Amino acid sequence: MKFIQNIFDASRPAVTSGKLKPLYPLHNALETMMFVPDHNAKSGAHVRDAIDLKRTMITVIFALIPALIFGIYNSGYQHYKALGLLNNDIGWLQFFTLENFLFGALKIIPMIIVTYIAGLGVEIYFAYRNKHAVNEGFLVSGLLIPMTMPIDMPLWMIAISTIFAVLIGKEVFGGTGMNILNPALTARAFAFFAYPSFMSGDKVWINTTLGPGEALVDGYSGATALGQYATTGSTTFSAWDAFLGIIPGSIGETSTILILLGGIYLIATGIGSWKIMFSSLLGAITISLIFNAVAPSMISPEQQGFLSIPFYFHLVFGSWAFSTVFMATDPVSAAHTERGKWIYGFFIGFLGIMIRVFNPAYPEGMMLAILFMNVMAPLIDHYVVEGNIKRRLKRLKLSVK
Amino acid sequence: MSKKYTIRKGLNLPLFGEPIKELKPSKFVSNYAIRPSEFIGLKPKLAVKVGDKVKAGQAILFDKKNERIKIPSPISGEISAIQRGPKRRLDQIVIRANEKCEYLNFGVKTALKKDEIKNKLLESGAWTLLKMRPYGCLANPDDSPKAIFINGMGSDPFASKPGFSLKGKEELFSRGLEVLKQLSDRIILSIAQDENSDLLNNANDIEIHRFSGPHPSGNTSVHISRVAPLNKGEVIWTIAAQDVAIIGKLFELGELHLDRTIAAGGSGMKNPQYYEVRGGQSMKTFFSEETNKGNYRFISGSVLSGESIGKEGYIGLLAKQVSVIPEGENTDFLGWVLPGFDKYSFSKAYFSWLFPNRKYNLTTKLNGEERAFVVTGQYDKVFPFDILPNQLLKSIWAEDIEKMEELGIYEIIPEDFALCEVICTSKQPLQEMVRKGLDILYNEMN
Repeated sequence: MKFIQNIFDASRPAVTSGKLKPLYPLHNALETMMFVPDHNAKSGAHVRDAIDLKRTMITVIFALIPALIFGIYNSGYQHYKALGLLNNDIGWLQFFTLENFLFGALKIIPMIIVTYIAGLGVEIYFAYRNKHAVNEGFLVSGLLIPMTMPIDMPLWMIAISTIFAVLIGKEVFGGTGMNILNPALTARAFAFFAYPSFMSGDKVWINTTLGPGEALVDGYSGATALGQYATTGSTTFSAWDAFLGIIPGSIGETSTILILLGGIYLIATGIGSWKIMFSSLLGAITISLIFNAVAPSMISPEQQGFLSIPFYFHLVFGSWAFSTVFMATDPVSAAHTERGKWIYGFFIGFLGIMIRVFNPAYPEGMMLAILFMNVMAPLIDHYVVEGNIKRRLKRLKLSVK
Repeated sequence: MSKKYTIRKGLNLPLFGEPIKELKPSKFVSNYAIRPSEFIGLKPKLAVKVGDKVKAGQAILFDKKNERIKIPSPISGEISAIQRGPKRRLDQIVIRANEKCEYLNFGVKTALKKDEIKNKLLESGAWTLLKMRPYGCLANPDDSPKAIFINGMGSDPFASKPGFSLKGKEELFSRGLEVLKQLSDRIILSIAQDENSDLLNNANDIEIHRFSGPHPSGNTSVHISRVAPLNKGEVIWTIAAQDVAIIGKLFELGELHLDRTIAAGGSGMKNPQYYEVRGGQSMKTFFSEETNKGNYRFISGSVLSGESIGKEGYIGLLAKQVSVIPEGENTDFLGWVLPGFDKYSFSKAYFSWLFPNRKYNLTTKLNGEERAFVVTGQYDKVFPFDILPNQLLKSIWAEDIEKMEELGIYEIIPEDFALCEVICTSKQPLQEMVRKGLDILYNEMN
């Protein structure tokens, strides 16, 4: 380790003065990533917890990795399945193959790299401009963004969406800790509205390229389960496949079981708010049950079909699980008060499922629901804070009497 | 009237070096010092100059805002130095002690009236043992407090337990209680659930409440919040049980004896135990004899909110404990990525949670760098008040006085945020922020 430290020590003078000064935040970020600094407590408490923002963020990344690796396999699996190269009799036994992994990895790893370069580039520029250290928040956003994208998303679109998200979603509000919207979802929303043909429909979820320049001509239907529901009122996928994740969808969202695993890890470590996750579950179940009750009175059979599906379908199809565990729990854009988190989470589940069912143009209601609740979170907090203030005033009045 | 309260939110840090209940007697110490910074709200004005002879109990400093408030000398001797810092700020006043301590006598007349008692406390400097809420600063003798809270417990790491440190001083404690009873109609003593010392034998006509649970169950703010919450415009005085005995002795003998039985803990102590120490004394000999060799931080007070005084420093005039813990020295290669089986964390983000009963030799390391507030809901787990900690801190940050008041800044002092500061992911200096908020408010109100 000494020689790594020596490299940092030797290069430090070059970036603390002179032309390379703009690189200091990068140097500092890399150095503190290699070595947790030996800074000592100067004021206040003399002992401190081992946790810091880096550990918090890496914990979220640990929680994301199973779903990511699964997504890599799944993109390969869906690809080869669409091309008809798989033996239909043994189905998912051909899932964890090297070919699937390599196909997915060659697609997805460049997406991750591009996202990190684009996002951290903006972060480092602002760190230099505003003279602060690079915040670690983007470590997670940079992994979340590719995981919410379809497999064939062009890299330059990902880069532009990421830059937009960091600039408009975060830095204009004052940087990490100040943003109102979840940066990863801002990137996805930008991509969704800027490049709709790459982000929605039936064609984008599975790569059907045969070779360079050649695509599968007659349409293999690559619709997601929610897409099918919106058009036909039923799906060809089983809830069990969806729970395992062997269905088309955004890269990271398909495997409910691995997302659940990540969620359990986040709750167990105390990093993710169980209140938000749990109340989002309650919200999703509530609206599903309401839909089940009113389904018979719908006019079209498609709508009747979509409304009458049991609640657990909603939990395993689409991005409810991924959004609830990894997006809704972003502490900066969520409600900040503990009571507020209950309300915030509930409406994310409630509205997310509602949008996905009522508006077939947006089968992914979760994204919009979370962005909407991000905007509403300060209002929720306001009422919780007012409640606290009122209790205090009431006590004062009682004591005056 | 006696009630039991269980505090659920909080945290006892699993540290090595808990003092055992054995007492080591005092030694003669030749140097003493007064540090004005120890007295919150004091605008110090010197009452002595270098070379002056003083007796124990004689005023060394006045408060410029209220000259009745005096900071007493803990010992008799000669003023040997007056040290100043930047902008001629008074840093410390050093006193070289006589072999035999002479005490100024303040009389032993009994059956005093309220004003006479106040005057005697002010004259002898024992008044500085009382603090007021809000602000946690020196009490103002012109106020009439709605209650006086006596803190008879200690839940800080390595805290001195009054049941042990007041052993043999029970009579003086009762005498002190009698005095305090003259100052307020409501005297509230809070003690630990398992305290069964003789302290309580003569504690008549006062409210006694028992508290249990993890730290901060022993913080006075917690006791106030449960027993008699402080509202805007009200004043409460607070005092430590050990200091009640000092007041008792003042009225018994007419002399101010600032010696206490303090707890000394931490992994830097050879034998963590109790010692007889006088407030303000030089700790040079103490530390060189009683601590291990190595790079340590020497703290007057607790590891949560005490003051680092250095190996040759002086213990605070009001301190009830000292703590000696190692300074952090090395960087930590990839410390944030590795499992961290040996890293203490209140969260379970490091795998040390697999060993819940383990104790740690925590250093003064920050374990990270300061960052913006990101994580929410973290402080609430160790903050047993009906106060929204993040929102209150943000209102302080924004210097929004009205919001600070509304969100309950009157009900807390910096030490109540110590645990939040320990577990803070963003390594924000919370106690400093709270002090700043209270100062802003104090300056606005006075």
